[in-house]
Amino acid sequence: MKRAGIPTEEFIYSGHTACPGCGALLVARYLLKVLGKNTIMNIPACCFAAIPGTFPDTCLGIPLLYNAFETTAATASGVEAALKIKGKKEKINVVGFAGDGGTADIGIQALSGAIERGHEIIYVCYDNEAYMNTGMQTSSLTPKGATTTTNPLGKKGGWRTRNKKNMMDIVAAHDIPYAATVNPSYPMDFVKKIEKAKNTKGTSYIHAYSVCPTGWRYQPELGLELGRLATETGLFPLYEFENGRYIINYKKKTKEVLEYYKLQGRFRHLSEDFIKEVQEYIDKEWQKLLVKEECSNR
Amino acid sequence: MKRLEKLVSIKDLPEAPVSNVPSLNQKTGTWRVFRPIVDKEKCIKCSICWRCCPDISIEIDNEGFPIINYDYCKGCGICAHECPKTAISMDREGK
Repeated sequence: MKRAGIPTEEFIYSGHTACPGCGALLVARYLLKVLGKNTIMNIPACCFAAIPGTFPDTCLGIPLLYNAFETTAATASGVEAALKIKGKKEKINVVGFAGDGGTADIGIQALSGAIERGHEIIYVCYDNEAYMNTGMQTSSLTPKGATTTTNPLGKKGGWRTRNKKNMMDIVAAHDIPYAATVNPSYPMDFVKKIEKAKNTKGTSYIHAYSVCPTGWRYQPELGLELGRLATETGLFPLYEFENGRYIINYKKKTKEVLEYYKLQGRFRHLSEDFIKEVQEYIDKEWQKLLVKEECSNR
Repeated sequence: MKRLEKLVSIKDLPEAPVSNVPSLNQKTGTWRVFRPIVDKEKCIKCSICWRCCPDISIEIDNEGFPIINYDYCKGCGICAHECPKTAISMDREGK
């Protein structure tokens, strides 16, 4: 049964210890609603290792396996291989659920290996753009201009000067059967993509936008508003990569990066010239994506 | 005094610890600064507040109105911000 466009079943209990307004929780909630109770989750050190609560409490209604930081995809492929050998008849979804550091920095070789071997797992990276669980250290998915505790603001700058790594391009280079970006501000799109990932034969990679009121320094009630702005400005475009073809799901790039940047405390030091530079970069990336879509569908 | 048993092989170690208690005994409602209150006259029963609650503390009753569970609501205010009819107001706790 569906209500307001998403399934009504819940697999996460109240009483978890996420911060008020947590985006990762919404990602996990929508994900498990679609995947259902036949799911095994693998989690490395990330915010979600702390969210279920202290032993013996857990906020999840499904089996959960904690593993070392760099081994999410490796553990998930091991679980999938074990299920195959055990000869389970019903379909069991194996999910690797890692943060951006555990995906793009520390766990990238395990993820690359799992995609290359073609295990039937769903790898979800919830991207909150820094190592938020340990206190906001810069990761390779932190956007340009943001301050974190390892890029502290000083008199001569100090903020992050490199652009965000494009994880979707990295997994697309593996010729993955299915990869998609999802945003909890667009729940129907989210549900549709997870259903596709569930029915994919082979590895699927989901890159989820996940707001973090603590690390990004904004008012928690603006969470979903920020998500919509990120997609409408082109900072987090919604698209899929399916069997070698790019499909953009949301093509209205109507807003300017400034609108998104001025809501967050981590960007408040930036000058207008700097934001203009970011805007130029984002426009270029958006054009690249449009060309990719056109060329791959020829 | 009883001495500790000597651990020789991996079989002497306990199996992996298993958590199986639902987290419902942690009443996270004590974190709240602002309390959401639903105005039933303005509500159009769209269930958007239920959909966007990160604490899963909003339930929908038989008539379709949202009921907020104050035991777990952390008062983030997403429901009030997303409500299309501004039927949810955030009042300061302790007033």
